[in-house]
Amino acid sequence: MEKLEDMRDAYGETLAQIGEDPKVVVLDADLSHSNKTDIFAKKFPERFFEAGIAEANMIGVAAGLSTMDLIPFAHTFSVFATGRVYDQIRISVCYQNVNVKIVGTSAGLSDFHDGATHQSIDDIALMRALPNMTVVVPCDGIETRRATKAVYRHAGPAYLRINRMPTPLVWKSLEDCRFELGRALSLKEGADIGIVASGHPVALAVKAAEKMAKEGISAEVLDLHTVKPIDRESIMKIAEKTGALVTVEEHNVMGGVGSAVSEVVGETVPVPVEHVGIRDRFGESALDYNELLAAHGITVEAINAAIRRALERKRR
Amino acid sequence: MLLRGDSKPMHSQSEIRRLEEKALAIRRGILEIMAGGKRGHLGGSLSIADVVAALYFHQMRLDPESPNWDERDRFILSKGHSVLAQYVALAELEYFSRKELKNVKKLGCILQGHPDKIRTPGIEASTGSLGQGLSIACGIALGAKIAGNKFRVYALVGDGESNEGMIWEAAIFAAHYELDNLTAITDENRLMASRATIVGSLTPKWRTFGWAVTEVNGHNIGEILDALDWATGVTGQPAMIICHTIKGRGISFAENVADFHHCQLTQKQYEIALKELQYAGGGG
Repeated sequence: MEKLEDMRDAYGETLAQIGEDPKVVVLDADLSHSNKTDIFAKKFPERFFEAGIAEANMIGVAAGLSTMDLIPFAHTFSVFATGRVYDQIRISVCYQNVNVKIVGTSAGLSDFHDGATHQSIDDIALMRALPNMTVVVPCDGIETRRATKAVYRHAGPAYLRINRMPTPLVWKSLEDCRFELGRALSLKEGADIGIVASGHPVALAVKAAEKMAKEGISAEVLDLHTVKPIDRESIMKIAEKTGALVTVEEHNVMGGVGSAVSEVVGETVPVPVEHVGIRDRFGESALDYNELLAAHGITVEAINAAIRRALERKRR
Repeated sequence: MLLRGDSKPMHSQSEIRRLEEKALAIRRGILEIMAGGKRGHLGGSLSIADVVAALYFHQMRLDPESPNWDERDRFILSKGHSVLAQYVALAELEYFSRKELKNVKKLGCILQGHPDKIRTPGIEASTGSLGQGLSIACGIALGAKIAGNKFRVYALVGDGESNEGMIWEAAIFAAHYELDNLTAITDENRLMASRATIVGSLTPKWRTFGWAVTEVNGHNIGEILDALDWATGVTGQPAMIICHTIKGRGISFAENVADFHHCQLTQKQYEIALKELQYAGGGG
């Protein structure tokens, strides 16, 4: 039985740890229970601020707090943390290049009950288009702990994308996950095909690689936890080594992880790239998360099919 | 170092006269920036000239030699398009050389079309996308309370800008967190870029949102100074000063004409304006 952890729990516990630094201040837009910022609020009530359901102001206040040498972390669901406040992040955070951390939870389709209004399929695209922004998409609870600390130590704007559901642990331990901002992590060596994945679907990518191994196809798996700045070197290396790539993300294939990877290989080592992700449509309600992911083409089978297509194109 | 002025409710005629001269100098400086047909946001820059003069040359504790001094008062121009007035004041205080005023908006220059915190000494926030500056000011005011700093935060918003929903999000936030170290000022010139404002009466709105509110003639330095003192004395809630102003104030043909929101002056218009700004005084 695989081990599961809700990334939000890992995040909330880590935020409360870094809260030992009196510079850390936390803002939440009425979702502190879901975002697990409650843990911080209980421990450091004097540095927790309820912003109310007013996300735009929350981002502006965070920008102002950062000028006082504080490190504000602003929280809400990913959809509201990005698209709803895009211009506030663009000008007050990124143009000013201030030390504000934006944490979007319930990312991708993981708020499966609530439907399209609450599912973020474009947040990575929006955030990575902004100059000065760092975009981090951890794949499990362990990586979330490492990513949260790295984002805290990084001076400058950062967007951290956190999933909602208990998801499989990809990494065995904190020591096992040798996390460094901007440096993709290799999960499995292989020679025939490279899989570059971000977020919770990294676990699916590993399973897909194991399945392909049984068919005699050796797949390398890269955990692209930092979508921006992107690790060009590792992507070029895997493209050179395998000659074909598959990208996997819980996001629209337009503008997200697949696009980011294609931008790199297009300019450096042009190889066939197949994209697994949401095909330019909104999410919807479902009673089961995996059922919804499957309906949007984010499955082990879909990754294996993409691998076969990529291999076919490579042979041509 | 300039220290915050006399806190007595009445201010001397000589001080008022000095500040009127400064306001006139700001208006002339705005005009000079627009010499040679350079386009600029004339109307709204002229309407804030008096309050900008009162803040920079009297009210705020600043040290231009040390622009990042921890205890300095903060001024956030939320209606960022009116930055020409601020540029002239900053140049006068030698945050940068007066020569820079000739380079406004030139490629690579430190004086952008809208305030830029990174490029320009003395600018506290990059604004211009309307609605955002008041929230930044709230964040600074809250941060000052957390850190135990005693400085004051001033935010200048437009009445047209007050259509932005974010302004009212900030209004709720500032009242809830009792940001009494924040003085907001509305430049109520009653014109937007294209026509009359549609925001309605502002004083009852701000009162309902939990702010202490006063109204002044925004071209009367004495009234402005008294209101700034009053705001400093407000406790337990943020303060709003509604300044009744005239868009284009000081240049007769531009006064109350929306077309001069952003414009280019002909040589003839420039000469008329220059003449008017030699003789015009403050004093409402």
